[in-house]
Amino acid sequence: MKKEWPIWEVFIRSKNGLEHRHVGSLHAADATMAIENARDVYTRRQEGVSIWVVESKDITASQPENKGELFEPAADKVYRHPTFYELPDELKHM
Amino acid sequence: MSNIDQLEQAFQARIDAGENIEPKDWMPEKYRKTHIRQISQHAHSEIVGMLPEGNWITRAPSLRRKVALLAKVQDEAGHGLYLYSAAETLGITRDELFEQLNSGKAKYSSIFNYPTLSWADIGAIGWLVDGAAIINQVMLTRTSYGPYARAMVRICKEESFHQRQGYEIMLALCEGTEAQKQMAQDALNRWWWPSLMMFGPPDAVSTHTEQSMKWKIKRKTNDELRQQFVDITVPQADILGISIPDPDLKWNEERGHYDFGEIDWEEFWQVVKGHGPCNKERLAARNAAWDEGAWVREAALAYADKQTVTS
Repeated sequence: MKKEWPIWEVFIRSKNGLEHRHVGSLHAADATMAIENARDVYTRRQEGVSIWVVESKDITASQPENKGELFEPAADKVYRHPTFYELPDELKHM
Repeated sequence: MSNIDQLEQAFQARIDAGENIEPKDWMPEKYRKTHIRQISQHAHSEIVGMLPEGNWITRAPSLRRKVALLAKVQDEAGHGLYLYSAAETLGITRDELFEQLNSGKAKYSSIFNYPTLSWADIGAIGWLVDGAAIINQVMLTRTSYGPYARAMVRICKEESFHQRQGYEIMLALCEGTEAQKQMAQDALNRWWWPSLMMFGPPDAVSTHTEQSMKWKIKRKTNDELRQQFVDITVPQADILGISIPDPDLKWNEERGHYDFGEIDWEEFWQVVKGHGPCNKERLAARNAAWDEGAWVREAALAYADKQTVTS
């Protein structure tokens, strides 16, 4: 039986202080191999100081068709932004 | 030199070079413990901080004020969650953190042990309490522990409206009737000194400051931050046309800063030790929320377990 290696999503921290960011994916037989492959595929030019890998199947993603109900409610909440509040020009440091 | 001394020296060298420390890096046990204490206190302050303001949501004087206050309190819940997550990267669980808060073992900012007696208090809290918190938090965006610094960046960005909504409330009251202006003055009178206490004890007696500066957990001392707050806030009170309740407050040309009166540290320590006006009420509210929410936590887990079995 032919069995394909699973897909892993790769996250790289470019330097301490910054978060890990998604850079892409790759195939590997297990987590250790995924880290090694990620090192070779994504950090050949010192792009990172730390790698996270997670199997793609373990990621739950929101559905594009749910975009409206998930994100539209934030659109009319202008009062969550500082510019909504009217303050005098001479006011400093706020 | 022992192995641990070498590690500590290398660690300090990294800090001195301006590097951030990340969860899987080696760190002295005291650095880890100090962070758990500080980050969780900060998280607890966000969570308990919802209570005095939540008190006024149903009685906000207009829809505009109500949605703004709701949004602010909602942010505070979110900020508590960012901070709890940052603390959990250091090897403590969420349940342990809640237990420390609910049992009274952990501290939170003393300011939230004062009552919100009038609508003007909501203005004063946004202006003064958030103003003081922002000064502290802007400094913490450059703190040495990566997850804490990143949480702070996010929090500072989101909070920029909190202080403005508070000041707008104060401004409306100060431009209103004599009674409304008096209400704003009364709120300033009651919140001014507790706001100054938010920066913690004076440098001379602060037990944590020296080590915290060395590890770049803090980058400014309590007294430096307090002075910065006073210098920024006095002109803002002038614009409102209300007076800061401190007869010793005056501009010192030579120092380039405002001089201000002696803080009542006895009051500060009393509140820290649990004898403030609302300590008991705040803890009771948190414990009730935890106990009364138990069935929800259990039901959600039971449902999740059932899905795993059937799938």
